[in-house]
Amino acid sequence: MTGSEIANKPGSDAAGRTPLLKIQKVAKSFGKNIVLREISLDVAEGEFLTILGESGSGKTTLLRIIAGFETASAGEVWMGEERLDRQPPYRRRVNTVFQSYALFPHLTVEQNVAYGLRVAKRPETEIESRVAESLKKVKMSAHAKSKPSKISGGQQQRVALARALVNRPRLLLLDEPLSALDANLRRQMQVELKSLQREVGISFIFVTHDQEEAMVMSDRIALLRSGELEQVATPREIYGRPSTAYAAQFIGHTNLLQGEVRAGVVRCAPLMWTAELPDGPVLFSLRPEKVRLATTNACGAGCVRVRGKVRQQAFHGATELIRVECGEGLVLVVRTPASGGALNDIELEFSPEDAVLVRESPERI
Amino acid sequence: MFSRAYKTTVTLPPLVWVTVFLLLPYLLMFCYSFWSVSPSQTIVHSWNLANYGELLRVNVYWQTLLRSMWIAARVTLFSLLLAYPLAYFLSFCAGNKKDLLYQLVIIPLWVSYLVRAYAWKTILGSDGVLNTLLQYVHITKHPLEFLLYSPFAVVLTLTHIYTPFAFLPIYAALEHVPRNLVEASHDLGATPGQTFWKVILPLSIPGVVAGATFAFVLSLGDFLAPLLLGGPSGIMISNIVVSLFGAAYNWPLGAAISLCMLLLVVGLLFFSERLEKKWSFS
Repeated sequence: MTGSEIANKPGSDAAGRTPLLKIQKVAKSFGKNIVLREISLDVAEGEFLTILGESGSGKTTLLRIIAGFETASAGEVWMGEERLDRQPPYRRRVNTVFQSYALFPHLTVEQNVAYGLRVAKRPETEIESRVAESLKKVKMSAHAKSKPSKISGGQQQRVALARALVNRPRLLLLDEPLSALDANLRRQMQVELKSLQREVGISFIFVTHDQEEAMVMSDRIALLRSGELEQVATPREIYGRPSTAYAAQFIGHTNLLQGEVRAGVVRCAPLMWTAELPDGPVLFSLRPEKVRLATTNACGAGCVRVRGKVRQQAFHGATELIRVECGEGLVLVVRTPASGGALNDIELEFSPEDAVLVRESPERI
Repeated sequence: MFSRAYKTTVTLPPLVWVTVFLLLPYLLMFCYSFWSVSPSQTIVHSWNLANYGELLRVNVYWQTLLRSMWIAARVTLFSLLLAYPLAYFLSFCAGNKKDLLYQLVIIPLWVSYLVRAYAWKTILGSDGVLNTLLQYVHITKHPLEFLLYSPFAVVLTLTHIYTPFAFLPIYAALEHVPRNLVEASHDLGATPGQTFWKVILPLSIPGVVAGATFAFVLSLGDFLAPLLLGGPSGIMISNIVVSLFGAAYNWPLGAAISLCMLLLVVGLLFFSERLEKKWSFS
């Protein structure tokens, strides 16, 4: 399975919009160390695309190739009709918000934001008005004359954003820009960043290792694992229909059910249901919230039921997570509305269509 | 934490050292600068400002001081012009050859000063390498006399000797320029040239100031290069101090000149530190 196949799968393309950026079979290795293998990915005009992956998955390298700080070992990057990967970074209409912000310490906030326009030799009056407008957009006008060292991390973040956006790039790259902020500020910035992106209408490629952040902000998520795309889809799709075991586990919690199909019957330890699948071993992902405590009302035809013993019950406010031992080594994690009492022997049920068939994710080196 | 006794044991030896070999000699020099020499060549311990008056009155002293500063200024300029591009190349372009080249820059520092000064003598002399070559290829008919025993020779030699001293702090400053700032500058559309003038150079100013200070202060007080290669026109202030403490036997006047030099250098160091602080942002 190569990246291009995934990208071209129906439903996971750039939602019918014109692609702005085309990444075609981009590979990168440092010596013997392979970082990216044949990544193909389109980014649509005005899209918020998140490259999600663990550290070492190659997500930052991919971003640096788009920005021009690294050269790809193979493959091409196109922006419209223009071949991007042969251009030096200063000729690309792409701007980056760096993880550590990379504000120039010897320049004021205002001078930092004006930098791109100054080197492009824009008229001074235009620079002034665009810088002021840009600072206003990120609510940093009051700090225009401060040096970066005199403002907080969150504020530096905004300045970095203004400094990039003031150049009206066609594409903005964000390299884990929120990772240095504390949890509250981070959530606030996620919302602000998303609404800012809608407002300016520029395509964003956002790199993060935080799946929650990716879900909240993205139009689409490209899940990267060991230098290969695992799945490219909308947050809803990738959560509801993960294509691999890795995708299912990385994004949200899940129960992985290992089983076998024989003559149209699926058997996963004590569970059994019918499905039109070819014979052979199978793997399903079943989200904890798709499992319910069995009620007396029948849950419809083909509903799967299983009895089990509650081993652990964790209260999460509105919901609770229950670990249930169902025998034959099967442990199901169930998310239910908080019930109020301790549970012991319970019966669980779920609909077979909520068990999503996923591919194994083989170990890669 | 450390005990009081431990702290005392550790700090006492350097304290004694500094007192005996630095503070006391300076104090002695300070006193000498107000004393005088009698016609019978003995030191007269009466306090007066006569030595400082002579310093201002006798042309050769302050003129030599000015000339020394002029020589030091040229050495500083040339050292910076050589050291900065070298440091820039090493820091930004040398890749994995960086360490090797760094060692090559440092090695001359291990070679004796005298060897390097004499080397220039054999190169610049009237029957030296350079003049022989120039005559051999018929660029000149007679040996060029200004090459040796001139301020030119002094500036050349001192530049050669003190360039590594200017190089080191500049290189350190360039190594400390965060590379993501260089990337950010390119990302914002600045060409490598613009990036150099707007980001790299401003952020390396503290290193340039430190390097300039080293080159200027060290060459201002130098006396071997002018002694060996300077000739009468290349005399520097330290040569005068040496002779005052030696053959001329006028320690008080020598002490007065030394003290003036010391004040000059301290003032310079103070100024350069202010400048470095103003340009450092970490």
